[in-house]
Amino acid sequence: MQVTMTVNGAEVSREVEPRLLLVHFLRDELGLTGTHWGCDTSNCGACVVWMDDEPVKSCTVLAAMASGHEVRTVEGLAHEDGTLDAIQQGFMQCHGLQCGFCTPGMMMTTRALLDRNPHPNQAEIREAISGQICRCTGYATIVRSVQWAADHPDGAVPAAADEPAAPAESVTEPAAADATQPIPAGSAS
Amino acid sequence: MTTVHEPPAAHVDNDQHPVGYGRMLRKEDPRFVRGRGRYTDDVQLPGMLHLAILRSPMAHARIVSIDTSAAEAHPGVKAVITGEALAAQGLAWMPTLSNDVQAVLATDKVRFQGQEVACVVAQDRYAARDALELIDVEYEMLPPVIDARHALDPDAPVIRDDLEGKTDNHCFDWETGDAAATEAVFASADVVVSEDVVYPRVHPAPMETCGCVADYDSVEGRLTLWSTTQAPHAHRTLYAIVAGLPEHKIRVISPDIGGGFGNKVPIYPGYVCAIVGSLLTGKPVKWMEDRSENLTSTGFARDYIMRGEIAATRDGKILAIRTNVLADHGAFNGTAAPVKFPAGFFGVFTGSYDLQAAYCKMTAVYTNKAPGGVAYACSFRITEAVYLVERLASRLADELQQDPATLRLDNFVRPDQFPYATPTGWVYDSGDYAATLREAMRIAGYDELRTEQAQRREHGELMGIGVSTFTEAVGAGPRKHMDILGLGMADGCDLRVHPTGKAVVRLSVQSQGQGHETTFAQIVGEELGISPDDIDVVHGDTDNTPFGLGTYGSRSTPVSGAAAALVARKVRDKARIIASAMLEVAPDDLEWVKGSFQVAGDPGKAVTIQQIAMRAHGAGDLPEGIEGSLDAQITYNPPNLTYPNGAYICVVDVDPGTAQVKVRRFVAVDDCGTRINPMIIEGQVHGGLTDGLGMALMEIIAFDPDGNCLGGSLMDYLIPTALETPDWETGFTVTPSPHHPIGAKGVGESATVGSPPAIVNAVIDALKPLGVTALDMPLTPSRVWEAMQGHATPPI
Repeated sequence: MQVTMTVNGAEVSREVEPRLLLVHFLRDELGLTGTHWGCDTSNCGACVVWMDDEPVKSCTVLAAMASGHEVRTVEGLAHEDGTLDAIQQGFMQCHGLQCGFCTPGMMMTTRALLDRNPHPNQAEIREAISGQICRCTGYATIVRSVQWAADHPDGAVPAAADEPAAPAESVTEPAAADATQPIPAGSAS
Repeated sequence: MTTVHEPPAAHVDNDQHPVGYGRMLRKEDPRFVRGRGRYTDDVQLPGMLHLAILRSPMAHARIVSIDTSAAEAHPGVKAVITGEALAAQGLAWMPTLSNDVQAVLATDKVRFQGQEVACVVAQDRYAARDALELIDVEYEMLPPVIDARHALDPDAPVIRDDLEGKTDNHCFDWETGDAAATEAVFASADVVVSEDVVYPRVHPAPMETCGCVADYDSVEGRLTLWSTTQAPHAHRTLYAIVAGLPEHKIRVISPDIGGGFGNKVPIYPGYVCAIVGSLLTGKPVKWMEDRSENLTSTGFARDYIMRGEIAATRDGKILAIRTNVLADHGAFNGTAAPVKFPAGFFGVFTGSYDLQAAYCKMTAVYTNKAPGGVAYACSFRITEAVYLVERLASRLADELQQDPATLRLDNFVRPDQFPYATPTGWVYDSGDYAATLREAMRIAGYDELRTEQAQRREHGELMGIGVSTFTEAVGAGPRKHMDILGLGMADGCDLRVHPTGKAVVRLSVQSQGQGHETTFAQIVGEELGISPDDIDVVHGDTDNTPFGLGTYGSRSTPVSGAAAALVARKVRDKARIIASAMLEVAPDDLEWVKGSFQVAGDPGKAVTIQQIAMRAHGAGDLPEGIEGSLDAQITYNPPNLTYPNGAYICVVDVDPGTAQVKVRRFVAVDDCGTRINPMIIEGQVHGGLTDGLGMALMEIIAFDPDGNCLGGSLMDYLIPTALETPDWETGFTVTPSPHHPIGAKGVGESATVGSPPAIVNAVIDALKPLGVTALDMPLTPSRVWEAMQGHATPPI
């Protein structure tokens, strides 16, 4: 079947099997390999992307279900001008990652958290990421990273000039998602 | 040995771009936060096919027949491979890292649930999975052996009938220490405490599962394998031996790895199947297991059933420890340990204490479970050793009605006793254990905690304080004693300084998130006075890095870190000779001032390492015997292991109504000698403490009597989330390793090793008013509730 969606601001269209999971659509069809696949029971959250500004576990969404919607992945997290999102900067400043495997999903969730709650306390951050597993950090530095981003909303530094923000074969527009738009409460899991 | 207290990490937060050691931000992060890491499943090659593995639903069964015809007819399927097809090429069995053999694909019978039976190579991963459903295997059920305690019963079915003459499930016996001397001490001791201590089977469960992409080029006769391996060079050698391919035609590339935790040391059947799939089809073949395959078939950890005994005087002087261990190794002995150490370094079970004698007798058995044993930050079984001795020490303190911290302070090996030879033959390099524990007690406010506990107990509240003080043994190891299948455990390092003074250092170890690309640049930067930003670290490609044994056992800093410092000093020695010609003085008249050589007594006359590098590559004559360039290569054979230590204090509250354990506080003070990057050490400690929390409170790979794995997915194999994990409190002391070139010790596994006994001791302490003296992990509400009712049961 034909699916058409906007990914990081660029429209993509593919002929796929109806059973294809969104995570495999993004990774195998579009080459957006920042989104990871860490379990087979929807527990780990390594695959979190946004669908219409709401974080979803893309291993639990069919590509067909995302058709007609706006999807945003870690590759579209940096700002339009190429600067890093404060969340990305916070994870680097506060050592919120080690192997980096949970990082893309973790950042997508915490960006959504800050959009609806710009100054979360530690308990709110821990609750927001409780649908996601990290095996390296023990979470404390992730909490600090989110707090750093909350304290430095403009703290981003210039990104590398060769930053792709959309699927390689369909890059025309920079990321369109508005990082300041609030998202529905209770969706960050 | 002096113990130096550095300022806390917060004071060096501005030290973002050190020339050498300090809180340098990670060079790895920019690609990871952009989603531009390159992990194995990210690799896409032209024409690449996908492989999926059919696994046994039974724990023990004879294979009567396998019908692959329907699978072969499925559109998109390129090949279906069975054990018989592999047997024809001599590949149905492969050697394990413990000199046993393991079935790649089962030929005669299956020996654990989840074992590899057949595999499919297809156009995409969905078609490959479809075809698995079409393979028809007929099994003849056999009774399984699940409880290791009954593996040696006379009527137990023999699992390993593939081994000639094998008539039982005995795997190996092992002993260490002096049995007679230990017996004599126990016979005359005032107090003897015995305890049954089980360390249940758990799984390292890295976020990224195991997988590979095998690409065999039949024209060049060359195999390239992208693979989730912690030891790419050792794997290359083993593939050469197993597959008969010449080693110079095999290139193993370990790209970014999404966590290893010991899970990615062994060679798994899936890797071999993918290689065979590529040989058969002439195309690249990708194999990527899913989570349940990872949990049920790849290397488990622990599974030691221990009987421990500790002997002491009435006033609390520990005299001796002895233990009897039953080790469950699963169906094949796949333990990843140095060959002469079938029980790993369990011999360090005497811990941080100065004892008169010690003895261990171990029996290992086969059961119908997945192979493994050494994984999950165990430092080769030191998790088990430390858990045993720290449980015993706290039990003894309770028996003597002493404070567990005081008992430890009274029994530590003293600083003036190092290097200290233990009764089981290990020579600890350095330590100031009392200073480390006192620092932990200071941070925790230990005395106030005990006062609070007494008050809460009066109100019926169950508050517990647990102590664990441990000595690790990491950095395997001296090649005289330690090898993996004949490969000595030394590590190479290759350093090249380019004409403009930028450098590249090539390592034989392999990061899986530990930050090697940052910290090894810091080591070389410190030695050469070059900014770590100007030093690239290359690892994980056997064509482009020197030979070495890889990363596990917290060995990177002790072995490869030493190599990096020494190879830089080798470059510096050469630079001195070139500088002497540039400045027209004798080499001995030069002083090294970080980053440059200057004439002694004349600081105005100096050349920088960058100027020397340009001169080394430039035109004109060089001093006699200097060939040009500014490169060096080294292989470091460590004289001993390094022995980091730590003191952990845990505070728990147990809900009297639900038996739920809450870790309220956890203080971890680690001493790993010289600290290369405090930020990265802290992250390593946080992660390890969370591993320990998971094992102590929720993780177990359990089996039912039929051998069904009960922890085969993340629905049942519980891993701590941010909600269960406390905000860790860390501290440190610094007692350098005297034999290490920069005084650094390993640390990555310390927290996983040291934290479970602190948590369990805390829960036992909390339940003391109820008469509980012993508990086995995992301390789930149901298991703790049973203990509170007086019906504690060991886990199976």
